[in-house]
Amino acid sequence: MDITTFKSRRFWVPGLLLLASAALATLPLWVGSYWVVRLTAILMYILLTVSWALFSGPSGYMSLATAAFYGVGIYTSAILLPSTGALLPLPLVIVIAGLASFSLGLLVGALTLRLRGIYFAVFTFGLVLLIQRFLVWWEMTVTHTRGRIIIVVDDTIIYYVMLGIFVVALLTAYFIRRSRSGLALQSIGENEEAAAHMGVNVTLVKVITFAITAVFMGAAGAIMAPKLIYIDPYIAFNPLISFIPVLMAIFGGLGQFYGPIIGAAIFAYLQEELQASRFADYYMLIFGGILVVAIAFMPNGLVGLIQRLVQKWRKGGSAEQHANT
Amino acid sequence: METILDVVVAGLLLGGIFALIAVGLSLQYGVARVLNIAHGEFIMLGALVTWTLYTTLDINPLICLVIVGPATFIIGFLLHRTLFTWLRISAPSPAVFEGNSILAAFGLLFLIQGIAFKIWTADVHGYTYLAFPVNVGTVTFPANRLVTLGFAVGISLVFYLFLARTRLGKAIRAAAQDPETAGLMGVNINRVLALCFGFGALMAGSAGVLLSMCYSLWTTMGLQYTVIAIIVVVLGGLGSIVGSFIGGFILGIIGSIVSYFDPGLSMAAYYLIFIVLLLVRPTGILGK
Repeated sequence: MDITTFKSRRFWVPGLLLLASAALATLPLWVGSYWVVRLTAILMYILLTVSWALFSGPSGYMSLATAAFYGVGIYTSAILLPSTGALLPLPLVIVIAGLASFSLGLLVGALTLRLRGIYFAVFTFGLVLLIQRFLVWWEMTVTHTRGRIIIVVDDTIIYYVMLGIFVVALLTAYFIRRSRSGLALQSIGENEEAAAHMGVNVTLVKVITFAITAVFMGAAGAIMAPKLIYIDPYIAFNPLISFIPVLMAIFGGLGQFYGPIIGAAIFAYLQEELQASRFADYYMLIFGGILVVAIAFMPNGLVGLIQRLVQKWRKGGSAEQHANT
Repeated sequence: METILDVVVAGLLLGGIFALIAVGLSLQYGVARVLNIAHGEFIMLGALVTWTLYTTLDINPLICLVIVGPATFIIGFLLHRTLFTWLRISAPSPAVFEGNSILAAFGLLFLIQGIAFKIWTADVHGYTYLAFPVNVGTVTFPANRLVTLGFAVGISLVFYLFLARTRLGKAIRAAAQDPETAGLMGVNINRVLALCFGFGALMAGSAGVLLSMCYSLWTTMGLQYTVIAIIVVVLGGLGSIVGSFIGGFILGIIGSIVSYFDPGLSMAAYYLIFIVLLLVRPTGILGK
């Protein structure tokens, strides 16, 4: 699972995505509310995964700050849309959540410039827990509140807002990946010093891309908050949210732009199915098992595995040597 | 003066467990290069197995150390021999291996928690053992805290002597400095790394047994200890086992000082120290 390599050759992907978006846009008209709710969750996971992969895929910096940005979004909603009455209209709240996450992203990006590899991952993970613990303490000793309740928002509205954020995020991810900044980010992943010597403004590219991915995570948190109804710091800043996008992205494969999307779609669907089935008790066991097997035996994710199988089928086994390059 | 003594003694008692857990993680992360997010799950397993053995079969928790220690060692050793050795060999670079091993460890966390949840449910468990008061100078503590500290320091010291005085210990230290070169010098690197991982699991399991005497136990208790271990390992310096040992006591004392003012802030204080440390001196107090 070399998260620094990516080779994009296909250009028909955005066309297909537009088609899929059109289908998704009309979806609430022809499926029941049950599927609308579940699709919202699946879209949310894909959104988080694609945002994560946008920065961490090419740059090689494994960020575990997703839960921090997502949590900031949830908290923004919780503060501005309390059950006692919305203080601001929903679209504005989502924009504010995005901006708040963006600011946090800029701050974290600027703070962590010197940290590489494992230290960056551990720092971002620590950040999530620091915010969570600080809020718990703050609510216990300063505001003397426990948890917050958020206004009810219609499921279809949540779905459409999520879809909107989703489309914007996908388009942004796609164009950033193909732009100069995308290439710069990849060159940072391959060799940061060399990239700097080639004239890439390493600091700017890293910090800005990181902060842009934070916008989508924050916005997703803000719109998902009403679905949670009740929130407290443990729910909002759940470290699991940091890990799941990484796993989904790697499960799908970071070699292609669509790898994380496929990985997240399949994984999120399985997760939803499992949690709703009679195997719910075994959910963690199965999830953990799939994870260990996926990491051990699918180094390039599902997309990598399929490509390898296709190659093998075409060339009758002679492709084995090339598969791991 | 007495309150200062109070706080320091409480910090040392807390620090003993932190040190043991961190030395364990230091072996796994510093030497075997696996940032074992599932470290705390071995602590949880050790603690809940002890609870079961004590409450159903009436086996003394200190005797459980002899059962749980070797059992977790074998699990850790086999895990490294199979999963992590495979990941290490198939990864194109050490950085890729580090990333993959975190994720594999995260999968293990889920697996172990899933199994534990089936056995012990989500209830909070606990038992009382050696809870009578003991005077330490002017300060009074339950006896089990002192026993915990004694065993934690004892296990760490025995392990230190093993590292410093034996041939295998030397091989482990060599592998910590440079696995490639150690391999070239005739160290069976796969075996040594698996041993380190096993010893790390052994320390987590033993820490779990000791913890179970003093604190309440539940199936998701592991992660907080994993995080503390990571903080201490970074504080002590990556790859420095002595650093982790000292770091455990430093963090214990800091925790005890913060708890004196506001118990709710101790975890937040750990994270704050950790984040500041990463920014100012990521190599830790004894790192190179």
